[in-house]
Amino acid sequence: MRDFDFIRPATISDAIAAAAGPGSAYLAGGTNLLDLMKGGITSPERIVDITRLPELNRIETLDDGGLRIGALVRNADLAHDPAFAKAYPAVAEALLSGASAQLRNAATVGGNLLQRTRCSYFYDTASACNRREPGSGCSALGGENRLHAILGWSDACIATHPSDFCVPLVALDTVVEIEGKEGRRHVTLEEFHRLPGDTPQRETMLEPGELIVAVRLPAEAASFAAHARYLKVRERTSYAFAVVSAAAALVVDRGKIRGARLALGGVAAKPWRARSAEAALLGADADEASFVRAADAALADASPSGDNAFKIELARRIVVRALMAAKAGTPERMPALPASPFSSIPGVRHDA
Amino acid sequence: MMLELGLNQQPAHTRQGSSIGQPLTRRDGFLKVTGTARYAADNHPPGMLYAVLAVSSIARGRVVSLDIEAAKAHSGVVEVMTPLNRPALAVDPDAKDHPFMFRLDLLQNDGVRYPNQSIAVVIAETLEAATEGAALLSPRYETLPARVGLDGGKSFVPRGVGVGNPAVQEKGDVEAGLESARTRIEAAYETPAQYHNAMEPHAIVAAWDGDQLSIDTPSQGLAMAQGRIAGLFGIAPRNVHIRSPFLGGGFGSKGMISGPQVLGILAARLVGRPVKLVLRREQMYGPVGHRAPARQTLRMGMDGEGRLTALSHHARTTSSTFDDFFEPAADASHTLYASPAIATSHDAVRLDTGTPLFMRAPGEATGSIALESAIDEAAHACGMDPLEFRLRNYAEVEPMTGKPFSSKALRECYEQAAEAFGWASRPLQPRRMRDADGFLTGWGMGTATFPALMFQAEARAVLRADGSGLMETGAQDMGQGAWTAFAQIAADGLGLDIDQVDFRAGSSDLPNAGIAGGSGHTATAGMAIHNAGAAVIARLADLATGNEASPLFGAGNEGVLARGGRLYRRDDESRGESYSEILARAGLAEIEGHGKGAPDPASQETYAKHAHGAVFAEVKVDPDLGQIRVTRLVGAFAAGRVINPRLVRSQYYGGMIWGVSFALHEEAVTDRRSGRIQNANLAEYHVPVNADVPSVEALLVHEDDPHVNALGIKGVGEIGITGTAGAVANAVWHATGVRPRRFPIRIEDLLG
Amino acid sequence: MTSKTTIPVHLDINGQRHTLELEPRVTLLDALRDRLGLTGTKKGCDHGQCGACTVHVDGERVLACLTLAAQAAGRTITTIEGLAREGELHPVQAAFLEQDAFQCGYCTPGQIMSAVACIREGHAGSDEEIREYMAGNLCRCGAYPHIVAAVRQAALEAAS
Repeated sequence: MRDFDFIRPATISDAIAAAAGPGSAYLAGGTNLLDLMKGGITSPERIVDITRLPELNRIETLDDGGLRIGALVRNADLAHDPAFAKAYPAVAEALLSGASAQLRNAATVGGNLLQRTRCSYFYDTASACNRREPGSGCSALGGENRLHAILGWSDACIATHPSDFCVPLVALDTVVEIEGKEGRRHVTLEEFHRLPGDTPQRETMLEPGELIVAVRLPAEAASFAAHARYLKVRERTSYAFAVVSAAAALVVDRGKIRGARLALGGVAAKPWRARSAEAALLGADADEASFVRAADAALADASPSGDNAFKIELARRIVVRALMAAKAGTPERMPALPASPFSSIPGVRHDA
Repeated sequence: MMLELGLNQQPAHTRQGSSIGQPLTRRDGFLKVTGTARYAADNHPPGMLYAVLAVSSIARGRVVSLDIEAAKAHSGVVEVMTPLNRPALAVDPDAKDHPFMFRLDLLQNDGVRYPNQSIAVVIAETLEAATEGAALLSPRYETLPARVGLDGGKSFVPRGVGVGNPAVQEKGDVEAGLESARTRIEAAYETPAQYHNAMEPHAIVAAWDGDQLSIDTPSQGLAMAQGRIAGLFGIAPRNVHIRSPFLGGGFGSKGMISGPQVLGILAARLVGRPVKLVLRREQMYGPVGHRAPARQTLRMGMDGEGRLTALSHHARTTSSTFDDFFEPAADASHTLYASPAIATSHDAVRLDTGTPLFMRAPGEATGSIALESAIDEAAHACGMDPLEFRLRNYAEVEPMTGKPFSSKALRECYEQAAEAFGWASRPLQPRRMRDADGFLTGWGMGTATFPALMFQAEARAVLRADGSGLMETGAQDMGQGAWTAFAQIAADGLGLDIDQVDFRAGSSDLPNAGIAGGSGHTATAGMAIHNAGAAVIARLADLATGNEASPLFGAGNEGVLARGGRLYRRDDESRGESYSEILARAGLAEIEGHGKGAPDPASQETYAKHAHGAVFAEVKVDPDLGQIRVTRLVGAFAAGRVINPRLVRSQYYGGMIWGVSFALHEEAVTDRRSGRIQNANLAEYHVPVNADVPSVEALLVHEDDPHVNALGIKGVGEIGITGTAGAVANAVWHATGVRPRRFPIRIEDLLG
Repeated sequence: MTSKTTIPVHLDINGQRHTLELEPRVTLLDALRDRLGLTGTKKGCDHGQCGACTVHVDGERVLACLTLAAQAAGRTITTIEGLAREGELHPVQAAFLEQDAFQCGYCTPGQIMSAVACIREGHAGSDEEIREYMAGNLCRCGAYPHIVAAVRQAALEAAS
């Protein structure tokens, strides 16, 4: 790892001032940044440690009934906050399906939004990657890409965004609070992450030096609490990134869908809000036929970017399953295996 | 830097006994649970520098330039070792005097023959400086196209496979057998490259003092490592002192000394200071071996009763372009199922990879998953229950050789495991079982087998005037429990309570204990220990029985028993005396005896020697999403005498979990263009996590084997992976009706 | 390129205060192992993918390989060396020994630190929960069934 200057500002404005120069990076949990620095994928000259800024560490209920979550709130603290988990169960479930307990104790809300892709060519500095090195090309195209994007990709980049947390967040109209030299601004999470187009290196709407200070869940987000699930297909039972995941949230009234939210993970360079599916669900019967129509709508524009056509069918099915699970109702308790298709399997006999 | 190679710390737990067969907790357990067990990289001699490898990012070509100046300019960097300044070696690292002398990449030239090959070593005052120095070398290459995949080169038939078995073997007329069969199946199975990924990366701390070389490094074969290093540096083996008290896992990857370990020694010589070199995880995907990929084709013919008329097993595998190791996968068909005609054959292609090497059950694991899958297909084709089919084809003698088995309690394994699993209620047809949550449920089985191998080992036993004993052998504990099991054998052999025995191991300065591999370490070093104990007891008995003052006078050596630190007359146990009394009378401070362990050539010629087992697996498969979870595993194993059931059960569990991993998880993904491994890490090279392993049961089936060795020990380290991988694959078929033909089984294979 | 300057870092480890002069890039793991001789904490992957370096910071389990030493300054750090008190094994350590919950032992310090936290967090309520909440600690030897048994045993002891 390249050496760097280490700065620990006392206030947000000091932090923003400290990170104003090129080559600066904010350090929160460090679970992604340090990994990238060790691999030489990113090499900041100046690290601005924001972990001691107490005002970023709060969870507050807003006057309008919304919730404001400080950027430094750790994944584990948020997921295990009983009030939060009750109001936004799919978000809690998504958080607990990500990484490991140790990583969730370090990883933060803001950092999670800024996770970089797990595309192996992005990590492999000997490969071409437009995201890492603009203009160098995309080695993933024509490479080992069975887990790459099926939605929103371009010839410049077929990587996916690896976050679980962001998937239900984007479904619930989360807004990102950003502070920079020019002051504070708000961007919806849906707009926050960008599709690659010709500029995959521009992953988010953050301008250089800007800092995520919080995310806001609007009041309406809690109205789905009774019917909200996150479901994640993985290649091992835990401690693995999603092959495909889905967050589904419904308001069901006498068998009719009165509110619907759906987003997919592991399918695109951003958490994928499936608005056309939501539109198809609104007013429909809360049954499998409606869910299949919604899945078809969600994947209507999907296309394989390589050896990953199966992900389109898998995504369709996971949408149906997540909607079925949401319709069945949020479980009373967090499953032992959060977000797993096997979350309903009770503990089995053990010989020892 | 003294390292105590005995385990003198008193374990804080209750002894449950002191001899063979007792489920003692690990004697090294206290050290391991307190973090005080010292692994190679935990050593830090005064004045030590850190060395970090720079490795190639191309698969084939040569290094054109390295920015040595940039690396050296980085604060803390002391030296950069490249082919230009690497200290001379006494022999060419590409020389190969015998099949087990593997070629090493020791900066002998600027050539690159696989990704992650060492191309330079940066030595610095801190790990951080060495790491960054290596990054600053920014190599430029001349690149040639990489040869990748099972069809990546021209195939050929190797001269030998595994440890030198013939690549092609045939008994009877397979084509005629297939021709005459009522039912036939033919199926091909692909398995990927796998990497050992022991949790402890290969590490070495090396210090030179003149021509004396002191090393801390994990080794599964201390004497072999000592000899190889001595040869490379042109010094006497006795001048190479290797300490390896604990290996953080080996699985075969620490059997041979690897190139990076030798580079650590070279770096220490170059800078004249002790050096520590630890592989980064991603650097373990190349220079320290792997399990080669394979494509296996099986053909079987069965008569009207489901008896095999012919069995043909062909394996395509790969090796590196510069050395030979060929996974003997097809040989798995030699020993398990009776057939009048059996043919096994191998061919291979050479790829731009590191040389594949022994990896837990090399050949057996790969071959087993294909054979057990094909047997399952054959049973289904005959409309038979897979267990009934296996029993119908039960081999009463070793099918390929016709030799009788030294012992074989496989029937008992089948019975006990099937009973514990509840196999009898299994529907014959696939896709018939669903659980209450709607998951497809499947039950599958596989037969496990592994040869009972022995190598060469020596031990030295001492009895001291205070009545205590010492047993020394350079045995290696990589987690199997050598510190404990060998102490138990030593206590037994010395007729002492285990707490009276000072057992020393894990150092090349001790007698050669052979290799901890091939599931043969307990048998081999155990027999050396047993024989050393017998030798020193015989010496003691001579002292007593030849002395008129002893109550044992005249009993004759054979007429004496040793137990609890005393010798007794075999014909009158009321007459005896303690070891210390005998030694005191003789005026001796201590006496010693030596023992060897080796296979008995006569019984080797006569008998087929194998451990056996049966494994039953239950899987659940999401009918829509294709995600798989193993929910139950029951194995029963017969492997001769069990020294410590607690440790043996752990070995079986470990092997069975490797079997799950083989079937469902592990795969190195290689870019077809660059030849680089794209998942050279532990996030995307999946090994099972705790949540992948719900319920495991291993039954220890009693088996007496009078032929394998005097202790009756076979071996338990590798057998668990065989049988299990196939059982899981067969359970997936039974759940879904989809026959897995490539591994690991992928979600897309089950989406339908 | 020259190295940037070192900074003083105060670390409170196992009840002892240490002051180190470190380059900011030094991870907590390398500070423990290379500067302080606390080698019980292991490096398995150095990328947050194996759990071998699990330690407690302010009582919670985190990965020392993905924590800069400077980030941990002023926090309370516990490593495997700080678990046993006056030679008496922590109940989780004792349970690991009794249940044979390790083989090679290399992942064991991380497993034990993780298990202590898992129980304290209340995530040892069932075997299935233990499996999930211990999933961040790889064991290549495959000691998982015995690890679950050890965590279960220690959790029951803690509850009684």
